[in-house]
Amino acid sequence: MLRLLSFALFLAIWWIAALFVGAAKLPSPPAVLNVIIAEASNGALFLHLGATLARVTLAFVLAMSLGSAIGYLMGRVKLADRLGDPWLILLLNLPALVVIVLAYIWAGLTEAAAIAAIAINKLPTAIVTLREGTRALDRSLDEMASVFAMPRWRAFRHVVLPQLAPYIAASARSGLSLVWKIVLVAELLGRPNGVGFEIGIAFQLFDTPRLLAYSLTFAAVVLVIETALVQPFEARATRWRPRAA
Amino acid sequence: MRLEVDITGKTFRSAAGGTQEVLAPVKFALQSGEVGVLIGPSGCGKSTMLRIILGLDRDFGGHVSRPPEARIGMVFQEPRLLPWRSVEQNVRLAAPDVSDAKLSELFRILELEAHRSHFPGELSLGLARRVALARAFAVEPDLLVLDEPLASLDDALAGRLRDEIATLVASRPVMTLLVTHSLDDAIRLGDRLFLLSPRPARILAEVPISIPRAARGDAEISAIKADLVRRTQGEHGGERAGRDVS
Repeated sequence: MLRLLSFALFLAIWWIAALFVGAAKLPSPPAVLNVIIAEASNGALFLHLGATLARVTLAFVLAMSLGSAIGYLMGRVKLADRLGDPWLILLLNLPALVVIVLAYIWAGLTEAAAIAAIAINKLPTAIVTLREGTRALDRSLDEMASVFAMPRWRAFRHVVLPQLAPYIAASARSGLSLVWKIVLVAELLGRPNGVGFEIGIAFQLFDTPRLLAYSLTFAAVVLVIETALVQPFEARATRWRPRAA
Repeated sequence: MRLEVDITGKTFRSAAGGTQEVLAPVKFALQSGEVGVLIGPSGCGKSTMLRIILGLDRDFGGHVSRPPEARIGMVFQEPRLLPWRSVEQNVRLAAPDVSDAKLSELFRILELEAHRSHFPGELSLGLARRVALARAFAVEPDLLVLDEPLASLDDALAGRLRDEIATLVASRPVMTLLVTHSLDDAIRLGDRLFLLSPRPARILAEVPISIPRAARGDAEISAIKADLVRRTQGEHGGERAGRDVS
């Protein structure tokens, strides 16, 4: 109820602002809605959204799995931490734009280059978060698992993974928002489809309704994925914790 | 099966760079069906000794031989349960082969039936300790290590759990190593008592108890206790021994 109210407030402010600034700079909500309906009915909207979502999914899965594995290793093995740390600092501070442009130059304007560039941007934060999580593992529980001769996989699944789950959830949450932001830049610079590509076209034509139509649908998709996937996972991962009143 | 402990020494390097001797040479052996009890002042190195025996600490002088196939059941000083798994899952994860009947029996004896599906965070410390006992018993261990398992339990429950430990020890050929502060527990459960010195720990005396566990009545127990108090007083002052007896 409160959410609906806040959404209505957002629409009202938008509408009033549109009346003041004029349709060229800020089209009214119905104008944008018309574009969304038109783009949806000719299929272009779903094509571009689908292309972007596919890139997000691939890059996200790649960065999360690789980043978690490397972060776990660096948290467990001192040598890996020492060797990997300079690379990590470099990657953490490398601007996304540099990675994307270099990837396109070295690997051509290809799908693989785009996905790799997005994944590389997300990778270091996943590594850092999981390394912290691994360092915070409770050693007394490791000892318990070792004394009771739990097989490696069982110990990992029931002793280690539940302790890492909050870190994985946090890294997924922050990582997803990072990927949402970077994927559009990568598309703008070197892909023939996707939401970023469409926004680039709309920018060149100063087509504000189209720009807003794509941005808002994209934002809506992000919101749905956050509430339908990320939040339930977080809730499940921390379900054993006594709830705050 | 036989556990042979022959530690020649153990030192810790402190953060300041110095070394600290925790264990002096300690040597003893334990047979299947025997209960050995380690009694010593707080901080004398008992827990370090247990960690070495369990294979958790390999940085020590000497060696420990324990049959590689021996199943270990351990009750740590703190319960060390997995907070994200229920009571039943905690036991089953450590003892995947336990039968439903055996598990129900254990939960009945330890009065945990009502708590099967609870998470450890919802239990009192006393209950959590009982879960830790259930977990150690459920693996049907060849080597049972109990690090002050009855501390912080009320007398009635401690008494019953002590009887349960005695029953388990009698029912299977298990080597049991018990660490305790309570002379009562030591005398009621132990076959051989090892009196330890303050840090660095060494064995001051090994006291065998020849009367079978079941036949130890109150008279025998107080006689042994009096003997022990005399010995401990002789070694390190009446103050400690007096507290042990209480």
